[in-house]
Amino acid sequence: MLTINNYVRPKTIEEAHDYAVKPKSVILGGMLWLKMMNREVDYAIDLSDLNLDQIEVKDDEIHIGAMVNLRDLEVNPLLNEYTHGAIKEAMRHIVGVQFRNLATIGGSLFGRFGFSDVLTIFMAMDAYVELYPTGIVPIREFANMKMSKDILVRVIVKKTPLHIVYLSQRNSETDFPILTCAVSHFNNEYYCIIGARPLKAIDFIDENHCFEEGINEDSINNFVNYVIPQLVVGSNLRGSSEYRKKIAKVLIKRAFLQLKKEEA
Amino acid sequence: MKITLNLNGQEITKDIEPDLLLIDFLRAQGCYSVKRGCDTSNCGLCTVLLNDRPVLSCSVLAVRACNGTVLTLEGLQEEAKPLATFIASQGAEQCGFCNPGFMMNTLALLKEKPNPTDEEIKEFLAGNLCRCSGYEGQLRGIKGYIAYLKEEGNHHESI
Repeated sequence: MLTINNYVRPKTIEEAHDYAVKPKSVILGGMLWLKMMNREVDYAIDLSDLNLDQIEVKDDEIHIGAMVNLRDLEVNPLLNEYTHGAIKEAMRHIVGVQFRNLATIGGSLFGRFGFSDVLTIFMAMDAYVELYPTGIVPIREFANMKMSKDILVRVIVKKTPLHIVYLSQRNSETDFPILTCAVSHFNNEYYCIIGARPLKAIDFIDENHCFEEGINEDSINNFVNYVIPQLVVGSNLRGSSEYRKKIAKVLIKRAFLQLKKEEA
Repeated sequence: MKITLNLNGQEITKDIEPDLLLIDFLRAQGCYSVKRGCDTSNCGLCTVLLNDRPVLSCSVLAVRACNGTVLTLEGLQEEAKPLATFIASQGAEQCGFCNPGFMMNTLALLKEKPNPTDEEIKEFLAGNLCRCSGYEGQLRGIKGYIAYLKEEGNHHESI
């Protein structure tokens, strides 16, 4: 169980960071993952007083505070309009409404978990994380950064015109995914993100210009043949690496076929 | 540390440890409807309404409920009774251990969506596990309850 010696609610991000750099400190997100750990912390830092539970439009960007919960993302009209419902699809299979009312975007992304639907979908957007004190970092770069004492303050999604499709495969509804897949098209580039491998999500870009002539059966097959040999997947009790590879092929194909429909 | 909250309509102030989970706090206050079924944030048995939203009380620090409102099944007896009757009339449950969490989340669903489709009911309640049943009886019970609420509404309107 999680043992907390001191619970603090900083009033500024600077104050939060002062606590965060102390040894044996932890920032609380929704606490879903944290509470299952056997861990003693001196300072549990709650960001609830920093007004980070808002989804706001700032010019051409959508700013999502770190304490916004997954249910709020799921039902947010702005995000769903922008992603044509892909954000809802990515959230709605995560455990249950009661869980999603607690789990935060900040906690979900900061952990860069090897099962994360949330990391997978945001990596397929023109998205950035604002870290304190490091600054603003593209999310696909952040996915590969080492754990640090930074505080994830908010996620910034640029409203770059995009088409995006999200798919996941689960052994049973509400379980962890066996594999997640998000494909998108923006800024003249095609992206394919594969997560829950069960390693953290990884991105593939259409470097070979498979889709130069558009999305069709042949171009999808070419792209799949480019991705699959490079795709590293592992085994766990939910599925073997061989199974995940086979599922990956199917999800990528289905996702691009759906993307084609979205773009039509 | 001291917390003050509104529990089932009553303001209370208690001295708690910082790592006390809401479920343990609520059971210590006599709210025994709140059950621990899995301890892995999965089963939905510990569902309570925190500031009107259904949450897993096994996964929230009690201190996070400070200055907020918490409703458990003990505080929703009036709404819960007819719903429980409809579920029982279908013989939906055997052991009944999952029932309080299930009822709490059903009431939360109906507050948000008074006329849900079958798919919307299933999706909203997907995080409430029952290991005795196949959920069909509960679904029939909920639909019966919704029909009853509509009839009641019509009845009140016609008076």
